[in-house]
Amino acid sequence: MENSVAYEKATELRLGLPGIDEPAVLSSVKNNKRPLHDEKSGENGKSAQNETAPPSKAQIVGWPPVQSYRKNNFQQAKKSESECGGIYVKVSMDGAPYLRKIDLKVYKGYPELLQVLENMFKFTIGEYSEREGYKGSDYEPTYEDKDGDWMLVGDVPWEMFITSCKRLRIMKGSEARGLSCSGV
Amino acid sequence: MQKKMAYSFPDEVLEQVFSFIQSDKDRNAVSLVCKSWDEIERWCRRKVFIGNCYAVSPRMVIRRFPEVRSIKLKGKPHFADFNLVPDGWGGYVLPWIAEMAGAYPWLEEIRLKRMVVTDESLELIAKSFKNFKVLVLFSCEGFSTDGLAAIAASCKNLRELDLRESEVDDLSGHWLAHFPETCTSLVSLNISCLRSDEVSFSALERLVGRCPNLRSLRLNRAVTLDKIANILRRAPQLVDFGTGYYAAELQPDVFSNLAGAFSSCKELKSLSGFWDVVPAYLPALYSICPRLTSLNLSYATIQSPDLIKLVSHCPRLQRLLVLDYVEDSGLEELASSCKDLQELRVFPSDPFGAEPNVSLTEQGLVAVSLGCPKLRSVLYFCRRMSNAALVTIAQNRPNLTRFRLCIIEPKTPDYLTLEPLDVGFGAIVEHCKDLRRLSLSGLLTDHVFEYIGTYGKKLEMLSVAFAGDSDLGLHHVLSGCESLRKLEIRDCPFGDKALLANAAKLETMRSLWMSSCAVSFGACKLLGQKMPKLNVEVIDETEPPDSRPESCPVDKLYIYRSVAGPRFDMPPFVWTMGEAVRILH
Repeated sequence: MENSVAYEKATELRLGLPGIDEPAVLSSVKNNKRPLHDEKSGENGKSAQNETAPPSKAQIVGWPPVQSYRKNNFQQAKKSESECGGIYVKVSMDGAPYLRKIDLKVYKGYPELLQVLENMFKFTIGEYSEREGYKGSDYEPTYEDKDGDWMLVGDVPWEMFITSCKRLRIMKGSEARGLSCSGV
Repeated sequence: MQKKMAYSFPDEVLEQVFSFIQSDKDRNAVSLVCKSWDEIERWCRRKVFIGNCYAVSPRMVIRRFPEVRSIKLKGKPHFADFNLVPDGWGGYVLPWIAEMAGAYPWLEEIRLKRMVVTDESLELIAKSFKNFKVLVLFSCEGFSTDGLAAIAASCKNLRELDLRESEVDDLSGHWLAHFPETCTSLVSLNISCLRSDEVSFSALERLVGRCPNLRSLRLNRAVTLDKIANILRRAPQLVDFGTGYYAAELQPDVFSNLAGAFSSCKELKSLSGFWDVVPAYLPALYSICPRLTSLNLSYATIQSPDLIKLVSHCPRLQRLLVLDYVEDSGLEELASSCKDLQELRVFPSDPFGAEPNVSLTEQGLVAVSLGCPKLRSVLYFCRRMSNAALVTIAQNRPNLTRFRLCIIEPKTPDYLTLEPLDVGFGAIVEHCKDLRRLSLSGLLTDHVFEYIGTYGKKLEMLSVAFAGDSDLGLHHVLSGCESLRKLEIRDCPFGDKALLANAAKLETMRSLWMSSCAVSFGACKLLGQKMPKLNVEVIDETEPPDSRPESCPVDKLYIYRSVAGPRFDMPPFVWTMGEAVRILH
């Protein structure tokens, strides 16, 4: 390659300081910061039960390159949200490639929450009844409570729900129907 | 014959002719024609731009250009924006102000970017320049509202006070009251960076009310939504407005008051601010949306449906800054509604989250590049990209001049093929022949640099992170990019060979930043010795570089050309590589 010939010639400038013959192969310097999760599944997203994702990433200084001015100002906005005592939980839907996050405190009750979920993920939830759960749809809203159990949304009073809900999952298909039978 | 003609014009005539020549480049060319033109030109140069405050000394500037009225200075390297330059590195403006105070009593304008400005500097400005008109402090720090009070009080003809994105020690909102009642000259006031909750609102209202030429006003968060209407009614001639806090409980009378106030601003073309937005108040803007050319919603945590509604009312939009809440769907709407769009910046709402929180992918950018024929400038944060998308963007938008893509996870490959994104970025540089600025991200090998060196002939600024395999990558860029002025690199395996082989290139550039790369201390010393017109600064906060073997890589390296020689205001963690193996400190 023309380039490498010229490149070699041009290195005559180097007056042979000892120890710098190879292009630096100082592996200690080579970036070892590989992405923490190697799966780049893109379309086929992670299901809500992908517990192998690490809890938090080691932050690299100055990356992503968001100006510190912007970070500070945005964090102020976010901070004031949490200072108001918002209850943020993740929401996943089986088959959707990404998760959402909502503030349970914003809603006054189940009807509003379910409406929001329907809009967010573009689907319909069936009719709720205490005996048979949600009928008329393939989807059922469920949540993980403080004890780690998966419960059907709507069974407990709203206030109890928002304090015990850790995350939401909109289940699809047979799994969902299994939950709604009182046998679970 | 021609030579005689040049000398037969009296100086005043030539001066008059030169006064029509505004660009620095042209002025510099004029001064090279002959000695007499150089002499005439330097006496009538009124504006000086110094892209690196350490490239030249204040005295040298004053000696050459004795009658300057307007100066623009830049200090810290760009990567300082991302906390890569330690505090105390430098960029102090005081020495400049001190020299200019004596030499330029008629100085009117000072524009600074990324510099350390103290209250002392501001007080000196207020005291020294009787006809002072314009102060722009872009991304500066080191001063407080006390310094601003001095400016407000003393500068009788102040036209512009713009503190954009600066860090101000906000001691008190009362500095605004220091503007005398006689001050009516303000054209532009930007206090959006001030954080304190107390802004002397009555002082602000009165100030706005008595400045009939006020065209640009950017408020800070402390100004609540209900106060906006009052301000706007006092300044219906505004062209550019930055709101404060755009949130409140929805009240019909507040809403209609606000909507009415906005609609009375017939010249309003540019909006920004929008911290803490309540979407219900966005329709108050609808009357001015048809005229809007610039919209900065990059702090507004509003979701895609509300963004879509707003944007669809703005067919004349040329510039949009927004968070990734806009999502692909929002960008598709943008592409169909805003055919005049020239600049798009999409910022990440959750840059440190491990999972994507919004549905924003490469599709959004592709849609905008297809739908907006005037698109020239892009800054885009996303989590996935493909070569195919980049090629599509490149082919559809060869008129791009600035393309900055940040794929949030370092070294992310093409999500479809899992290959590096070399081909995609290669297409960008190949098709976009006027590309001046490029930022790379994702998985990249030396090949991308080969493309850049081959095609990036107009490229002036390149930002690289977590890319490349070997020195060949750096060599391609330094040897191929003829117009390169600024190069900033972090976490790449680039070392001594390419740097030393292209040492002469560095004198043709403004600066080179390399951090967490593989350049050895020995190479830095060599470069410092061999290239007296370069300042080679090694930055290391943990220990002196000479306490380790010479083959050890340096932590951070900043090289810039200078006619002023090494600087003397360095902190303990910065070393300049000097002549004869002596390290100046």
